[in-house]
Amino acid sequence: MTDSKYFTTTKKGEIFELKAELNSDKKEKKKEAVKKVIASMTVGKDVSALFPDVVNCMQTDNLELKKLVYLYLMNYAKSQPDMAIMAVNTFVKDCEDPNPLIRALAVRTMGCIRVDKITEYLCEPLRKCLKDEDPYVRKTAAVCVAKLHDINAQLVEDQGFLDTLKDLISDSNPMVVANAVAALSEIAESHPSSNLLDLNPQSINKLLTALNECTEWGQIFILDCLANYTPKDDREAQSICERVTPRLSHANSAVVLSAVKVLMKFMEMLSKDLDYYGTLLKKLAPPLVTLLSAEPELQYVALRNINLIVQKRPEILKHEMKVFFVKYNDPIYVKLEKLDIMIRLASQANIAQVLAELKEYATEVDVDFVRKAVRAIGRCAIKVEQSAERCVSTLLDLIQTKVNYVVQEAIVVIKDIFRKYPNKYESVIATLCENLDSLDEPEARAAMIWIVGEYAERIDNADELLESFLEGFHDESTQVQLQLLTAIVKLFLKKPTETQELVQQVLSLATQDSDNPDLRDRGYIYWRLLSTDPVAAKEVVLAEKPLISEETDLIEPTLLDELICYIGTLASVYHKPPSAFVEGGRVSGPPLAASSVQMGAVDLLGGGLDSLIGDTSFGPPPAAAVPARLGAPTSSGLSDLFDLTSGVGTLSGFYVAPKAVWLPAMKAKGLEISGTFTRQVGSISMDLQLTNKALQVMTDFAIQFNRNSFGLAPAAPLQVHAPLSPNQTVEISLPLNTVGSVMKMEPLNNLQVAVKNNIDVFYFSTLYPLHILFVEDGKMDRQMFLATWKDIPNENETQFQIRDCPLNAEAASSRLQSSNIFTVAKRNVEGQDMLYQSLKLTNGIWVLAELRVQPGSPSLTLSLKCRAPEVSQHVYQAYETILKN
Amino acid sequence: MIGGLFIYNHKGEVLISRVYRDDIGSQAADSALFSSSGPFLEERERNAVDAFRVNVIHARQQVRSPVTNIARTSFFHVKRSNIWLAAVTKQNVNAAMVFEFLYKMCDVMAAYFGKISEENIKNNFVLIYELLDEILDFGYPQNSETGALKTFITQQGIKSQTKEEQSQITSQVTGQIGWRREGIKYRRNELFLDVLESVNLLMSPQGQVLSAHVSGRVVMKSYLSGMPECKFGMNDKIVIEKQGKGTADETSKSGKQSIAIDDCTFHQCVRLSKFDSERSISFIPPDGEFELMRYRTTKDIILPFRVIPLVREVGRTKLEVKVVIKSNFKPSLLAQKIEVRIPTPLNTSGVQVICMKGKAKYKASENAIVWKIKRMAGMKESQISAEIELLPTNDKKKWARPPISMNFEVPFAPSGLKVRYLKVFEPKLNYSDHDVIKWVRYIGRSGIYETRC
Repeated sequence: MTDSKYFTTTKKGEIFELKAELNSDKKEKKKEAVKKVIASMTVGKDVSALFPDVVNCMQTDNLELKKLVYLYLMNYAKSQPDMAIMAVNTFVKDCEDPNPLIRALAVRTMGCIRVDKITEYLCEPLRKCLKDEDPYVRKTAAVCVAKLHDINAQLVEDQGFLDTLKDLISDSNPMVVANAVAALSEIAESHPSSNLLDLNPQSINKLLTALNECTEWGQIFILDCLANYTPKDDREAQSICERVTPRLSHANSAVVLSAVKVLMKFMEMLSKDLDYYGTLLKKLAPPLVTLLSAEPELQYVALRNINLIVQKRPEILKHEMKVFFVKYNDPIYVKLEKLDIMIRLASQANIAQVLAELKEYATEVDVDFVRKAVRAIGRCAIKVEQSAERCVSTLLDLIQTKVNYVVQEAIVVIKDIFRKYPNKYESVIATLCENLDSLDEPEARAAMIWIVGEYAERIDNADELLESFLEGFHDESTQVQLQLLTAIVKLFLKKPTETQELVQQVLSLATQDSDNPDLRDRGYIYWRLLSTDPVAAKEVVLAEKPLISEETDLIEPTLLDELICYIGTLASVYHKPPSAFVEGGRVSGPPLAASSVQMGAVDLLGGGLDSLIGDTSFGPPPAAAVPARLGAPTSSGLSDLFDLTSGVGTLSGFYVAPKAVWLPAMKAKGLEISGTFTRQVGSISMDLQLTNKALQVMTDFAIQFNRNSFGLAPAAPLQVHAPLSPNQTVEISLPLNTVGSVMKMEPLNNLQVAVKNNIDVFYFSTLYPLHILFVEDGKMDRQMFLATWKDIPNENETQFQIRDCPLNAEAASSRLQSSNIFTVAKRNVEGQDMLYQSLKLTNGIWVLAELRVQPGSPSLTLSLKCRAPEVSQHVYQAYETILKN
Repeated sequence: MIGGLFIYNHKGEVLISRVYRDDIGSQAADSALFSSSGPFLEERERNAVDAFRVNVIHARQQVRSPVTNIARTSFFHVKRSNIWLAAVTKQNVNAAMVFEFLYKMCDVMAAYFGKISEENIKNNFVLIYELLDEILDFGYPQNSETGALKTFITQQGIKSQTKEEQSQITSQVTGQIGWRREGIKYRRNELFLDVLESVNLLMSPQGQVLSAHVSGRVVMKSYLSGMPECKFGMNDKIVIEKQGKGTADETSKSGKQSIAIDDCTFHQCVRLSKFDSERSISFIPPDGEFELMRYRTTKDIILPFRVIPLVREVGRTKLEVKVVIKSNFKPSLLAQKIEVRIPTPLNTSGVQVICMKGKAKYKASENAIVWKIKRMAGMKESQISAEIELLPTNDKKKWARPPISMNFEVPFAPSGLKVRYLKVFEPKLNYSDHDVIKWVRYIGRSGIYETRC
């Protein structure tokens, strides 16, 4: 039995030899030859040329040989569809074989041959197999329906296989039930609206019965399916929970996690006063802890899930801190996750133990882990006030070790501790200053500079310290430059007499010698502020800062609820909704009943807010000023400060829709937002008008976009420079870029936005006109145009009518050109003007167009060709908008 | 569900590749639409197989996560010696299930051809394909119990089976008792129970227990005829207290001997609902060896050894280490295979060791002093002292002082677990519980048994 010899044949003319062997009369030789073919296939050699010869071996009663041939067929049928038909007869015959193993094998393999022509022949045998007397055949046929659905969904529906599959849920054999559930769940994912699974108390009961009897894998399918069910009342929820809890003792971790998912979800429906609720909570902890003695890969999955569970219901594991202590030999991915959970569980009761552990970890080898441990100490200080003092002294000890990255990390977290407990630990500043020279990471340098600026009045040589940074100003990263600018301005406002020169120096460095628009603009703002009204400057720059929040890195609640429904799955490992990593069509809607969830699903404000609040004292730079200076038609909030808007008119005829109300005041506690999109000289912006219709002042504005089809994202934070008082309106131009995360939206140009202010977070969605994405270099040369037009298949061509648009070719062309739709060529055919046009989207997709203008007729005919036909509809809409306005 | 499964050798060469779903391998054109670079993205179509090799196997860094997402494709991997097993998917699969499946896959392969090595995989590739076809259908795991699989995937070519045999196979593979076939006969009905525990400890230098737990397994080897119904009993506190309610004095007597089990999990043959309601463990066992249950305890653990470390830095170039170990169990019992591992700094230049018992050696390649003692009785004490010479370094970073770890084996269960009974009923065949020969054995081993110094 040494099959390895098949891997070593590399002679010339190999294929030829194999061919001869395959056609040999001797059975043994044939089998040997097929084995060689499979071995070549595995290592990636192309053996498709042998197709007819291999298929010839199919008619045999030797099961082993048959399986090998089937394996070959599955691999190559797609590349040789016509030949594959040759195999159909044998399949159909095998489906009637007296041996159930062969019947099942045939139907299983047939489903794997993804050739359209074959699927037609598959229907009859499949129908028989679904009703076969042998459960082994039925369970195989159930999965086959899912396979067929993947190839040709319509066929499955037309043939009524879905109903047969539903009937199998009541099958007497538990494995048939489990596979039917798995197949139906998968099919249901691609029909989110249809009620395919049709879960009701009766079918749930059947599933729960099968749950006790089927294989471990079947139990997982059933539990995952149960998690999608919404019980009608708390009694039903409790009775399902009672029947699911025994699964918590299963040896298979996946069964346990899926059971936890069902319980966590249904618990929501139970009243907290119920005795059962408490019992259930208690029952959840031990199995979760047990998961930590599984193999490391599973531990990792378990820890990622426990991280979610701890955020959702901290009470379950609050006494189990010790099990999350890091072991010396844990793989690094387990260590990092354990550390995260330790911080989440840290409380006054266990903080001493946690700190002792963290201190140990800070001396380990792995740099990432050590950094995270140091950061964790800082987080403990912020979370548990009583421990702050001990944390600070621990951090100081660590700084004394002089280990470079430890020191830097410690300084970054001490900055946060200062923010949380102002005027308490400033005595340590001296120690920090000693380490100034060893800081080489931007984040640590920025943190240190912030500290110096913030406490400039207590540091005698603050000016010297800051001056020393100034020497290499242009070599610093932007983060450090911005911080340095702000810190020196603070210093100046605190000690105006000695530091005049220094502030002059930094302002000129920032405004005159820098290419960075953010830096330049912040420099200008300070400059003007300081020169116009130093008192106002003081109020702005030295304004009291809001306290930083206790819990950091928390997952946004709606996302958390969604992820709880995905316990055990990849989504819970990535901490991202499935839509973020699964391709379009396959995404199932979140199993939560509430529809509001979908909207806020992504961590809309999670990360963004952290950086907003925790980072700097003065908000990040107002990049909005850039389009303003280039002549944005709307007046930006900052432009009156600069006094720049007047004099520069709008550049071109780019069509800008009038502002529409996106978020009515009644939906957002008094905040009304209306807006539109523009594109000017290559930069896209979102022009917003914020109106405060509430009675209280609004501050702390921030904005974030959900992932969208073209990666639109704010290029700068939302800068509302002064609090918005009641009945006040402010206009802001928010610059956008297209480097954000990408997710296909429905419709394609849908944009989901979250806006936060001091009152709450609000969500709305809007549709953007596609022409804001048409880039300036979208003109294709003639040859290229011709070649591309031919190259794109005809089925990608779509035709549209633009009615009531009495324009001639010239006018249309020039109007379109101003919105970056370029005319490549023009032709006159039988009195009609044909315009050939090209445009390019920000993500590099080209769209080619043929616009037919018939003199005297008010209608235009537009044909669009694009490799991504999904965009055509929206491009057409853009044409219509541009031409009609 | 799982879209494909690949087995690689350490060089990243594919030994086995089985693709279950079309979405793996080449990327569909619509995914290219939404990535933001380049107009026509054919070059982006990358094979999943290569992506994993490039990004994981050949990655310079140590593995940072067992789940990797490359170009919207997720890779789950486990490694067995030099072999990588990777499951690939583009969907939101049940991640825990995928890993459980990969482990199971390893178990099944090991049951068929022993160690998972490149050679064995190449030697058995036809068998592996056959197995993969059977235990994973369209990416859904199917019955993967070796007991059942071995009845019809034999590699000897299927013997012409009778109709009864065939239906027996299929009903076993799909049935409620998928792990046992009917008609097993033994002349001598016999069973072996092994209680295997690993005791884990993390102790502070001052001798304070930071964490301690026992994770135990009950492994059963059964050679029983027919379809025997078994019932297993142990000194579980909950059960004993329940039974003891009637007679008060028994509670006080047995209360001491019973143990509190934090949590336990069972082989799929155990009726979980019965355990949940009555806490009784009843099952029909697979034939041969299997793991009946796993459990975990944290209370009243007998720590077989105590390690007392003393490390003194003498100047910058010398360390003095003294370690005392004390055995803490009945003097009549003997611990075996004792090994104490004392880490030494990286800049160690020489070590002198003196120990009263056993042998101790400095192993430079492992940066540790390894002290081995063959046997040691209970309630004894032993000591080692060492002088470690250090090379002067200008490395600012202090030595991390890894903990002192220990290995040993003792003939009792550190959790205190006792098997009370294992009853066997086979109503159809004429042998009774008394006719079955039963053997019970307890082995306690060290898990991660560490003392910080």
